[in-house]
Amino acid sequence: MRNDAKLSIVMGAAAAWLAGAELCNAADPDGQAYDRIEKGHYLTTVADCFACHTVPNAGKPFAGGRPIETPFGIITSSNITPDNETGIGAWSDEQFDDAVRKGVRPDGSRLYPAMPFPAYTKMTRDDVLAIRAYLATVEPVHQPVKANTLPFPFNIRLAMRAWDALYFTEGEFRPDSQQSPAWNRGAYLVQGPGHCTACHTPKSFLGGDKTGDNLRGFNLQGWFAPDITGDLGQGLGQWSEADITSYLKSGHNRITAATGPMAEEVVNSTSQYDDDDLHAIAAYLKSLPGQQAAAPARAEPSAMNAGEAIYRDQCSACHGLDGQGVAMLFPSLAQSSLAHAGDPTSAIRLVLRGGRSVATDAEPTAPGMPSFGWQLNDAQVAAVLTYIRNAWKTSAAPVSADAVGKARDQFSTRSD
Amino acid sequence: MPRKLPKKDVVIIGLGWTGSIMANELTDEGLDVIAIERGPWRDAPTQFPTNYVQDELRYRIRHELFLRPEQNTFTFRNKMDQTALPIRDWGSFMPPNGVGGGGVHWNAETWRFLPTDFVLRTHLTERYGAAFLPEDMTIQDFGVTYDELEPHYDAFEYLCGTSGTAGNLRGRIQEGGNPFEGPRSRPYPTPAQKQPFSHALFAKAAGELGYKPFPQPSGNLSKAYKNPLGLQMGPCTYCGFCEWFGCGNYSKASPQTTILPHLIRKSNFTARDNSEVVQINLDRSGKLATGVTFIDSAGVEWEQPADLVILAAYTMFNVQMLLHSKIGVPYDPVANKGVIGRNFTHQTISSVNGFFDNKKFNFNPFISSGSIGMCIDEFNGDNFDHGPLGFVGGGYMGQVQTGGRPIQTTHVPPGTPKWGAQWKSAVRDNYLSTVAPGTGVHGSFYSYRDVYLDLDPTYRDRFGRPMMRMTIDFHDNELKQNAYLTDKFAEIIRAMGAHTLDKAYRKGPYDATDYQTTHLNGGAIMGTDPNTSAINRYLQSWEVSNLFVTGASAFPQNPGYNPTGTVAALAFWAATAIRGQYLKNPGPLVHA
Repeated sequence: MRNDAKLSIVMGAAAAWLAGAELCNAADPDGQAYDRIEKGHYLTTVADCFACHTVPNAGKPFAGGRPIETPFGIITSSNITPDNETGIGAWSDEQFDDAVRKGVRPDGSRLYPAMPFPAYTKMTRDDVLAIRAYLATVEPVHQPVKANTLPFPFNIRLAMRAWDALYFTEGEFRPDSQQSPAWNRGAYLVQGPGHCTACHTPKSFLGGDKTGDNLRGFNLQGWFAPDITGDLGQGLGQWSEADITSYLKSGHNRITAATGPMAEEVVNSTSQYDDDDLHAIAAYLKSLPGQQAAAPARAEPSAMNAGEAIYRDQCSACHGLDGQGVAMLFPSLAQSSLAHAGDPTSAIRLVLRGGRSVATDAEPTAPGMPSFGWQLNDAQVAAVLTYIRNAWKTSAAPVSADAVGKARDQFSTRSD
Repeated sequence: MPRKLPKKDVVIIGLGWTGSIMANELTDEGLDVIAIERGPWRDAPTQFPTNYVQDELRYRIRHELFLRPEQNTFTFRNKMDQTALPIRDWGSFMPPNGVGGGGVHWNAETWRFLPTDFVLRTHLTERYGAAFLPEDMTIQDFGVTYDELEPHYDAFEYLCGTSGTAGNLRGRIQEGGNPFEGPRSRPYPTPAQKQPFSHALFAKAAGELGYKPFPQPSGNLSKAYKNPLGLQMGPCTYCGFCEWFGCGNYSKASPQTTILPHLIRKSNFTARDNSEVVQINLDRSGKLATGVTFIDSAGVEWEQPADLVILAAYTMFNVQMLLHSKIGVPYDPVANKGVIGRNFTHQTISSVNGFFDNKKFNFNPFISSGSIGMCIDEFNGDNFDHGPLGFVGGGYMGQVQTGGRPIQTTHVPPGTPKWGAQWKSAVRDNYLSTVAPGTGVHGSFYSYRDVYLDLDPTYRDRFGRPMMRMTIDFHDNELKQNAYLTDKFAEIIRAMGAHTLDKAYRKGPYDATDYQTTHLNGGAIMGTDPNTSAINRYLQSWEVSNLFVTGASAFPQNPGYNPTGTVAALAFWAATAIRGQYLKNPGPLVHA
């Protein structure tokens, strides 16, 4: 198998040369460049290529075929193993770099931004080619993937040219000389390979980043990926750097726990980050300014009273009457940014459907929360969330029964 | 012919407390381990969610978590000259089923036995003379001492985060703890649980009578705790739904909360649920196990070969497995020979309810936990002089009121009609002002020649094999012990200020329909002599050296405590022997 992989690189390079393309010089075709492959392995983990390009539990890492839900339909991830026919074995380094950093495929067509090339464009060419060097060493899998399963008109890749013109800014990350090296490293990881923006930055109706609201939270795949700026109420303002690194390393900290898509991200990616990189990310995120949100509407006393009664009865056993929870076990609702997010989708989802937090080596417990959707009606869920969002120091807009009802309908067709 | 699976290093029969402990210890040793469990997989937040697990009808009355008698039951009789009949609905004990075993539904009362409990026959003979013991009493020494087990008790308590107050720290008696306990190497990992009003009042009354009350050691935690495997536990909320129920609050120590999330991350561990092991297979010599045969839920028969077999099922099923696998000589009470089925025991439980003036006392009995309570140990083991009393044994006693659940906590004074307006009125008047210990007097049950397990001559199980037969009754010694302890206990309840007492002495004959505890013990006991024990001091089968049998089936008799602490300590002790001695040189660890 390994021999096949090596062969495919040589073949790929030869094919590129025959086609008149510039021959690579960054990847080491002999597969012995340990440092480079190691670096590439780490960056592949940081960029979490595995998550999208692997069908869970199918035993075929990076062979693609995983359906990715986008607001426009389902896109199926491609095969990035070094298989010559169905993978990227025959690609030149240049072609690989173009795909990752420009969103352009070898045939010149455009990738959909489900592949986060608007973030990866900030990576250095050297880092991208290190990833290439590592991917050349994984087991090639012969698996054709029909990537584009979007409905009309989104299935027309040509449309992506216009999209790119509107929303895609090509170019490597430029360090800010006013900031520390750690801050710059954090910014590079968050904006580039870590592609945190893909989920946490609000998008336009066409799926482009609203860069002015960078990392202030976004609703996708039935979750609200919360604000991860330094915002005091909705973001990470109350988190220490250690809270952030603990969360990314173990999936848990004194305030909250990773669940939903972030749980997968923690397992596949952030739990394996170097500690220095986690500290760098924490420093960077804490420095991002919060938004100047208008004061939220006041919650009705009737909803607060009903919510408090439900909270005492159903929630306080784990989360405490004071909303403080238990560090690393039961989230502190008093401080949770998920609970106070302007968009309460995730909070509604957790109450209706329950949830399971992530298990990691550092924190293997993986506590779960029961579902209350069978027990509380829409008005009761709205009341208890309104109470949770306003009972302690921070305040957030009330949740309406109508919003809960809509979410209930939407979640009823989703798997967990 | 069963289908044969690839060989494993270790096969474990049953994934309860001891199966989980063994699996964790042996996978740490690098061995490839499979655990085969008859019942379903159970996970705390999924199966015991806090918003419906407090359902007394479902779990207590309808026995949701327990084995269905349709799947497997036993026949029962009191005396050898009677014909045993099948138990069709569980009564005096509750056979667990499913991952976590009895560790799911227990109250989490986490005791250590007294040092003298391990050397019982030697000790009582030395103090009172051999003639003091009833002639047919077959008590014997465990073959292991308290001091040998101390590090393993400690390991289990720190695994669970047990809440308690030390009474004897490295030989120094500690104020507020149990002064009779053996020396412990360090304090409990978490402080004792808070005590509700009636429990505190019991302690006050007991103290005034000259006793030394102390909080019962509890596996329902007083505070959040992170155990040595990195698992997080939460503080108990005193909801009062512990025994018969699983805990979704991460507060009660169970395999689910203290071991399994860690264990299932190991690549050298596999679990197979809904699969019932029916036999341990032996090679031609009969001296070595080759693995096990099990049947899955589709009725398909499989063979799982392994180098080492750990039999870690509930007491009754351990004995049944040995009998069906023809390992060890079955016990014959007439000839007084053989070992499998010998020294079968239970517990001698009684209680006293106290009715108080409801204008002066409001006990809020629903604020509770399964192992909350204030106890005294003056009448346990041989902590008191039995010479003038004419019996041996004893038990702890205490106000261990484990809940105020709606169906079964409707205590009324003696003489109240059993139904109708007067009964309702009495329930209303007394609910908040009654002391009704869940465990009041928790007495020992010593072993006798005619209390044993064997195969039934008439009734067969669903596989066509003979059912196992229980022959069990109370002997005078236990009934005398219980009468003495119950009276002593009643004095304390009276001293608390009760105006009316309802004393429920334990009386014979043994009643299989009346719940006592699930502490069935013995039948495959440990010891130093292969003629009187099934397994050696390391829980290793005397006959089949690559078979270890864990659980309370190893107890030669039952002391006056709940068994789980000792069951778990023995599992750690055996695991240590396997890791330190057996694997280096497989074969008998003790030469008979």
